[in-house]
This record gives sequence, structure tokens and C-alpha cells, in this order.
Amino acid sequence: MRFAGAIAAVLLIAGSAFAAEIPQADRRSGYDFMKPDTRAMQDEDTANPGMLWVLDGEGLWKRKAGTANKTCADCHDDARTSMKGVAARYPSFDKSTGRPIDLEQRINSCRTSQQQATPLPFESRGLLALTAFIARQSQGVRIETGADPQLAPFIAKGRELYVQRQGQLNLSCANCHDDSWDKRLAGSAITQGHPTGYPLYRLEWQSLGSLQRRLRACITGIRAQAYDYGAPELVELELYLMSRARGMAMEAPAVRP
Amino acid sequence: MASALINVPAKAKRGDIIEIKTLMSHIMETGYRHTTAGEVVPRDIITSFTCRFNGSEIFRTDLFPAISANPFITFFTTATESGKFEFEWTGDQGFSETASASITVE
Repeated sequence: MRFAGAIAAVLLIAGSAFAAEIPQADRRSGYDFMKPDTRAMQDEDTANPGMLWVLDGEGLWKRKAGTANKTCADCHDDARTSMKGVAARYPSFDKSTGRPIDLEQRINSCRTSQQQATPLPFESRGLLALTAFIARQSQGVRIETGADPQLAPFIAKGRELYVQRQGQLNLSCANCHDDSWDKRLAGSAITQGHPTGYPLYRLEWQSLGSLQRRLRACITGIRAQAYDYGAPELVELELYLMSRARGMAMEAPAVRP
Repeated sequence: MASALINVPAKAKRGDIIEIKTLMSHIMETGYRHTTAGEVVPRDIITSFTCRFNGSEIFRTDLFPAISANPFITFFTTATESGKFEFEWTGDQGFSETASASITVE
């Protein structure tokens, strides 16, 4: 009887407790799950299609925009020095709104407040290009997102979302990316979901895409209603995932299958 | 905002076999897809790629709708003399792009 009780207690714990987080030493980038030919695409700048967006972004960085008639470079100079390590700190805390904002939102807030230009639509070529160009300057830099103590409540919210079961399949992010990352789903590696390379070129998309696009695709995959682009929930999820990947090296623009 | 990425070795020894790699920005719309309203999305692909070395054609290929976006084309050639590779992509809807790269052969 006591033995059966113990089993029941263990089952209860297993059923209710959240999945154990991945130990630091076992964390792996999506890159480690890829085949050698896909890795080769990412490794060489002239074979990595993401670099096409980086080139476009470099052009946009130096182009005047808005009624202020200013370029990004007018304030930030050479991105190679001024933007090094920046993407590795995003999403970061935005004082004016009192909320975390991601890199895309930061670019658009800079466009509207400093350049007095119209914000670029999410997933537009221009916004992806600028984000890719800025993120590229942090390649190899260790992720530091979440160091700001003001972000703590938002990271906690992001974590809540991450472990929240939802959708018709009633799955949480953690069910796959913490519990089953060493397994496969329909022939594809599940991976640990560390956003080290965004914006990244997905062969499936035939294009560069943002982390929000990836998250929305995952949420649709579990047959839940995806949050709109720019929704606070998506940014909190981005923030949690980036802080979860703290210490890992940035790869943007990465290539993924 | 079309652009190309070219990888040609800057230097080679005479007789060396060298690899030329090119990546061209293009959506490669197949012409087989439909919008939600049921209209066909018109085909928009690169149809031809050519490489000339010092004016004479050394490589040519035709491209078709099954080829992915941003086509990555690589081929090998033998380094014979110093000179300039000229690349040309042409396609639907008047698409035409060029790029070039120089090599020094010793």
C-alpha cells in the first residue's frame, strides 16, 4: 500500500511539475542539429543567403529617411563598432513604454522618433534587412539578454507562457523544447529552441524571417491562435527565450532547415 | 534591392582547378501558386545564368521553376590567365543583373 502510494505521489509530481530546465552544459544551438551541408551554407558568407539581407541592410543604414532627413549612420556612425553586441542584449527594457521591446521594435521606434519616418511593417524586406545588418555585428558575441533587473517580471511572464499548455494539441513550448529536444518530429530534429541566430534564413521559408515569425509558426503548429506581430506576449516569449540562451554565441544571420 | 554574392579566389596558380560560387537574390516565384482569391501568382524566375572570362563564355545554365529562391550556382574551371569573370543573370519581367570578379594567375 505504501509502495503504491509512493508511485502515485511520483506520478503526481511528474504530471504537475514543470519540465526540468536544460542544464547549462547540455545547451545546444540549432546549428548542432543540422546536417553538414546546411552548416556549410551558414558558415560561409558568400553561400549564406541571409547575407543578401545584411547587404541590403548596410545600404539602408546609410540611406536618408523621414522628414528629419537623417540616416542611421548620422547618429550611430559605423555599425561595425556602434552596433557590436547590441543584438545580444535584446529584447531590452524601453524606458518610454516601461516594457521590453525587441530589436525590430527598437529600429521602428528609432525611425519614428529620430528620423520621423513611417515604421517599417513586420517581416518587410526593409525591416528584416536592417535587423539582419545590426544583428550581424554581434556574430560570435555571447548573449546577455535579461541582465537588466527591470526585465525580471517580464521574463517570468515569458516563462509562464513557455510552460503554458495551449491549443487543440494542448502542448506547451516546454513539452517539446525542454522534454523532447533529443527526439525527432516527422523526421526533423526538435531542437532546444535557443534563438541564437535571428533573423535567420529558413530553407522552408525560402526567405529570412524574424523570431516572431518562428514563434507564430510554432503556435499555429500546436493549433492555438497565434498572437499578432508585436504583441506583448510574443516579446515576453522572445525575452524569456533569449535570457534562457544567455551565454550562448550569436549566429545571425543563421541558416536553418 | 537585388544583389549578388560572388566567391572567386583572388589568386591562383596556372593550371589550378578553382571553384566559382555565386548567390543571386531572387524570389523565384514558380507561377504555380495561387492567391487566397484564386488568382495565379505570375511566374517570376531567373531563366538564364552566364559566366564569361575575358569575354569568352565559359559557363551557361538555364533555370526552371523548381529551383529555390536566391539560387546558389557553383562550378569549377581551370585558371589559365589573369583576368575578369563577368556574370549575368536574366529572367522574367525584364530581370537582368550583372556582377564581376577579378583573378590574378601566377
